[in-house]
Amino acid sequence: MSREDYEIVIGLEVHSELSTKTKIFCSCPTEFGGEPNTHCCPVCMAMPGTLPVLNEKVVEYAIKAGLATNCKIADISKNDRKNYFYPDLPKAYQISQYDMPLCEHGYIEIEVDGEKKKIGLTRIHIEEDAGKLNHDDYGRGSLVDLNRAGVPLIEIVSEPDLRSSEEVDLYLKKLKSILEYIEVSDCKMQEGSLRADVNVSVRKKGQKEFGIRTEMKNMNSFRSIVRAIDYEAERQIEVLENGGKIDQETLRWDDVSGKTFSMRDKEDAQDYRYFPDPDLVTIRISEEMKENIRKSLPEMPESRKKRYIEEFKLPEYDSNILISSKYFSDLFEGATKVCNNPKAVSNWIMTDITKELNEKELEPSDIPFTSEQLGNLVVLIDKGTISSSIAKKVLQEMFENPREPQKIIEEKGWVQISDEGAIKEVVLKVLEANPQSVADFKAGKDKAVGFLVGQAMKETRGKANPQMLNKMFLEELKK
Amino acid sequence: MVVSKEEILHIAKLADLNIKDDEIDEYAKNLQDILNFVDVLNSVDTQNIKESIGTVNNSNVFRKDEIKEFGDRDILLQNAPEQEDNMFKIPKVI
Repeated sequence: MSREDYEIVIGLEVHSELSTKTKIFCSCPTEFGGEPNTHCCPVCMAMPGTLPVLNEKVVEYAIKAGLATNCKIADISKNDRKNYFYPDLPKAYQISQYDMPLCEHGYIEIEVDGEKKKIGLTRIHIEEDAGKLNHDDYGRGSLVDLNRAGVPLIEIVSEPDLRSSEEVDLYLKKLKSILEYIEVSDCKMQEGSLRADVNVSVRKKGQKEFGIRTEMKNMNSFRSIVRAIDYEAERQIEVLENGGKIDQETLRWDDVSGKTFSMRDKEDAQDYRYFPDPDLVTIRISEEMKENIRKSLPEMPESRKKRYIEEFKLPEYDSNILISSKYFSDLFEGATKVCNNPKAVSNWIMTDITKELNEKELEPSDIPFTSEQLGNLVVLIDKGTISSSIAKKVLQEMFENPREPQKIIEEKGWVQISDEGAIKEVVLKVLEANPQSVADFKAGKDKAVGFLVGQAMKETRGKANPQMLNKMFLEELKK
Repeated sequence: MVVSKEEILHIAKLADLNIKDDEIDEYAKNLQDILNFVDVLNSVDTQNIKESIGTVNNSNVFRKDEIKEFGDRDILLQNAPEQEDNMFKIPKVI
């Protein structure tokens, strides 16, 4: 028996913070990164006698997510208490949903090796986030900040339909992009607004029953998830191959060592004693409400992709990259409206902008300039006002200190020299300074022109119009 | 259904309660009484009664998504046995 005789089965529980202005059960702001305990009130701090009131936007956003992922939306739903003790959970129970979630039986489509595959969604439910524990190294205690306590989450539970870490990566990217498109979550991984619990098991190919699974909680990077799945599947196969047994348990993934570790003893088998929260009332969702939310759904990525290929004549490759993030897609559409040059905009996004984002470890949502500004940059190149090498510098400037590209080139004196008289002056100067290259050209070495153009660009600090330089050098040399 | 000693210990553990050995019988009896009462409730014929969730008939009590800052951190922290850097200080958890 070897690795190839096994099949990996993965199920995901993805938690996504909703981008509402206020918390799920009180009017405190949800904004990330405030001073400790400033986004708190007696309700989210679980003071005795306080009562939760459900934020209507949370219900709307969850239904929106359900509709965008082909779920059936419940007619009747409710909130339940999930009971457990942990210091980041001030009530000692989390208000969640147990047997009557808002959305059920959906699916997300991914493309694996050119083939479409449906990944089932068991359910989407609403719940509250917990606070944050700060562990300082020198002190003896832990410090509790409850700013995040009560921030609304949706939990999206997949069926055990995923069969490899690659499929998981595709699924997560697709899910993230859907949530961005419908604008219910900003999905900022580094702020923890998208996190996943990952369930992994293995079984012999052809075997019907699932193997025993282990769970890795609270993972917030796609890369770590992929690595953790590969490691854990390998580990399980090895245990089974050596005649061992997998324990159903919660593991901790350690990114540094690249290994999983056992976290809790099995005695503490989870027993959350869910029961309906008596402080909250039934949620009834009318057909009218469902229909209104359905109508409010924006154009989804697949439809945009079709449009890019047909309307803008973009290659499928470009289209896939552009729709991979709503921020890319919106940037592309906005900029194209301004400059009417879709392929140029697409190239900027796929190359220089992506490169800047990677170097700065930013996400598309962090792009600081507007789509109009990008469109104007392309216009400046198309009009010949700046060369594309100057445009690259302008783009970097737009990342550092976003403003109109026109303004940047004026401030920096980067306007391309396209004036014939000025170009001629440079050309003559360079020819005079480089008699050897002139002689080379006359001796049949065409490459000498390239060198001369380079010298002229140096002379003008990259501002001369390269096509004009090229043309004029040839004219002069052939005289 | 009969409440066993093991169940009492399990529930006590989940509820983070320390109960003494000589208290187990008493808690078992109390819980048994409650379960017996539930049996009485279960015997009521509910065939013609509409299903409901909870004891209130209300539904859809929502709040608008509008920020109201509470704005007084000191009051929120004033009963904390210990605090540091405007946070609750608790025994170290890993």
